[in-house]
Amino acid sequence: MIRTIAVEEVTRNIREMCIEANYYLSSDMKAALDDAARAEQAPLGKKILGQLQENLKIAGEEMIPICQDTGMAVVFAEIGQDVHFEGGSLEDAIQEGVRQGYTEGFLRKSVVGDPLLRENTRDNTPAVIHYQVTGGDKVTLTLAPKGFGSENMSRIFMLKPADGIEGVKDAILTAVRDAGPNACPPMVVGVGIGGTFEKCALLAKQALARPVNESSPLPHIRELEQEMLDKINALGIGPGGLGGSTTAFAVNINTYATHIAGLPVAVNICCHVNRHVVREL
Amino acid sequence: MDRYLTTPITEEIAQSLHAGDYVYISGTIYVARDAAHKRMAEALERGEGLPIPIQDAAIYYMGPSPARDGRPIGSAGPTTASRMDKYAPQLLDMGQRAMIGKGKRSQEVIDAIVRNRAVYFAAVGGAGALLSKCIHKSDLVCYEDLGAEAILRLEVKDFPVIVIIDSQGNNLYAKIQNSNK
Repeated sequence: MIRTIAVEEVTRNIREMCIEANYYLSSDMKAALDDAARAEQAPLGKKILGQLQENLKIAGEEMIPICQDTGMAVVFAEIGQDVHFEGGSLEDAIQEGVRQGYTEGFLRKSVVGDPLLRENTRDNTPAVIHYQVTGGDKVTLTLAPKGFGSENMSRIFMLKPADGIEGVKDAILTAVRDAGPNACPPMVVGVGIGGTFEKCALLAKQALARPVNESSPLPHIRELEQEMLDKINALGIGPGGLGGSTTAFAVNINTYATHIAGLPVAVNICCHVNRHVVREL
Repeated sequence: MDRYLTTPITEEIAQSLHAGDYVYISGTIYVARDAAHKRMAEALERGEGLPIPIQDAAIYYMGPSPARDGRPIGSAGPTTASRMDKYAPQLLDMGQRAMIGKGKRSQEVIDAIVRNRAVYFAAVGGAGALLSKCIHKSDLVCYEDLGAEAILRLEVKDFPVIVIIDSQGNNLYAKIQNSNK
């Protein structure tokens, strides 16, 4: 049974999601910030976390974006194979939603059309869109605007199978340690292990969109997530990189099958303004 | 220790600041980031002057979100300073006194801070809404075509920053990193 969706629905939802994502944090992120502000012992760290809480409050009440880097829009579109879109191009509809959201929402236009020529596109398009076809007739849209302070600190390591789990742990710690204050800690660390060069990066980005209070369903990965969170917080980088026990709120790890000769590891770092809005059409 | 400063941040004031000091800045600061710094460097290379008065200037590495009606500015938190490392030493040598951003600086920048008795402050990364409340006026200076990367002149009141690198070259990030080893 084919379900028809008008592309205007997509545009409207994307527009609203762009605005929502930049003024309000998801409940899991807010809870993580509040927990950390309570638990942090370092005086300056605690002060900074308090300022981040106040920042969030001002953002929502006075309609000022949480962070001025309202990001390059990253959209995950999971489309049931029984869905048919009418009224135009789905791709164009998503881009138009971003265009409208960033214009009407007083969000920053942070995209240049060509990476070398670097002329601002003035409407924060194009977005980066990842499509996935699933079963059924639902469409799930995830909007995760990505700021580049943290994005710039992200890394890919093409490890050897012989490097093993210890090599993976080293790679994650190296990326976090090298990022330090630059990624606006406390961070959320998204990790992709396996796949190919581009797949492990995508896994890592998808991991960032997973709520920070949710663990991997795989026991050995859940264990690794917890161990890496403890190790990262033991680095003592702290809020703003100025010391303390809250360096990361969560380490989320996604895995995929990989080649017998490979162990790709991608570490996609996000700051504490980890924005994701999910809607089902 | 908390200090309240009014611009211009002179050499004398800069020399009195120490890594770790919590400072509230009031007065005039300039805003410039990647694209504006590149243009200024190119202007200097062509033998032209700078579009801002550089002596004792404080430059805030920032690109704001658009201001709603009746407000001077949108969200206005710091951007990563290391992207300006290529350009900062030349401007410091020409008299710039202060940089406000966040994150690590290169050895070349640290050396330029020391030889010019300047200072590098960090504002809290990700606190763009909170920080915008300390900005009472924002005027476009030049490079309007750069959009969010245009050079602005801000009037600020009690803008909170922390001294990361002082005029002696003491580096708060390095100090914290070493104490974690």
